[in-house]
Amino acid sequence: MRLRASNIAVERGGRRLFSNLSFEVARGEALLVVGPNGVGKSSLLRAIVGLLPLADGTLSCEGGDPDASLGEEAHYVGHADALKGVLTARENLEFWAAMLAPFPSSRAEAGKVAVKSPMKAAQALDRLGLPRVLDLPVHALSAGQKRRVALARILVAERPLWILDEPLTALDEAAERLFAGVLREHLAAGGLLVAATHAAIDLAGAIQLRLGEAEVSL
Amino acid sequence: MREAAAALFLREWRIARRIGGSAATGLVFFLILVTLIPFAIGPDLKLLARIGPAILWIAALLATLLGVDRLFQSDEDDGSLDLLTTARLPLELTVLVKCAAHWTASALPLVIASPLLGLMLALDVKALALSAATLAVGTPALTLIGAIGAALTVSLRRGGLLLAIIALPLTIPVLIFGVAAASAASGGPTPFATPFLALCALTLAALAGAPFAAAAALRHARE
Repeated sequence: MRLRASNIAVERGGRRLFSNLSFEVARGEALLVVGPNGVGKSSLLRAIVGLLPLADGTLSCEGGDPDASLGEEAHYVGHADALKGVLTARENLEFWAAMLAPFPSSRAEAGKVAVKSPMKAAQALDRLGLPRVLDLPVHALSAGQKRRVALARILVAERPLWILDEPLTALDEAAERLFAGVLREHLAAGGLLVAATHAAIDLAGAIQLRLGEAEVSL
Repeated sequence: MREAAAALFLREWRIARRIGGSAATGLVFFLILVTLIPFAIGPDLKLLARIGPAILWIAALLATLLGVDRLFQSDEDDGSLDLLTTARLPLELTVLVKCAAHWTASALPLVIASPLLGLMLALDVKALALSAATLAVGTPALTLIGAIGAALTVSLRRGGLLLAIIALPLTIPVLIFGVAAASAASGGPTPFATPFLALCALTLAALAGAPFAAAAALRHARE
């Protein structure tokens, strides 16, 4: 599977954020989008998932499930955690696991790009160092804990392309290290990653895409 | 696809039933409205029995629209709506399942409570049964029409008033046929069957059309 953007442009509220942007991400590769505030990092990620229309250019995905749109192949973690405060961490994660999982019919075809079988909610929280909050309502958790539950979402359903917008917000150092490990595993298993971040993520061989200073194309 | 729909229904149901959810609010509002009106009208039992079905219907209409403005707004606020649009479940089905859960959690209790409250309005047994039957058939249309308004106002911070302005005119046909069928027992001008069938038709039409309209509005709000 390969994500290819050619000469894309994104507008927000009538203002063109960037244009003529091209990049490619192949299996096992990570693209880190960096740049100052307001330069369009989040908008770029939202455009990849299909939540923001492209003003120009094309985004394509080769070798994925032909029935799925790019957004349906992608895990998107935005600024909001997409968690319901009145539900427990387990209820939230089990809901998203059912909701975001690929349909059985398409899973067979996607077999060649499938990363690995998804984890259970408890396993995923364990992996991110949150073993004891499983049955607590999410509104009782701290900001960092909520963020970890939100990140655990991408482990409970299987999607090859991970689009992460500032994934490390509110995480402590130990959680950052754990999560970097999760990302390395995802890449080693042939997954794709596009992340916008201010904090440094420890990923060997990640490509940097710098927005805002000059029109960079890779 | 069935698993995803079932998981969504369960989630919506749980959120509505937990403390602070929309289910109890609508029922209490319904109760307050129906209790207050006999006090306002006074001790004329004949008059009360004659307008009783209409009172039940207006109270049910307002109680249904009361909670429906949060149908998509709460998901928009916490980012869930972004993910729901990238799920494999078609957005039209997502809308339909959310409406079904909302109806089960907040409108079905009204239908069940309506015979009880009808007693306070001096309705006889037949009128109680007919009112409950018309509410059971008609309230899904109210929820679905409300969902269109909720989808159109999803990106507005306080869209509640606008929702009422958009949705209330569309609910007038449902109200007319609902009250006409319900008051057939208490000396209404029409027989029961004709307006009741029209009410069924309105609900079926809303069932067929509203998910597409609401999904289109939600997609448009993304852009």
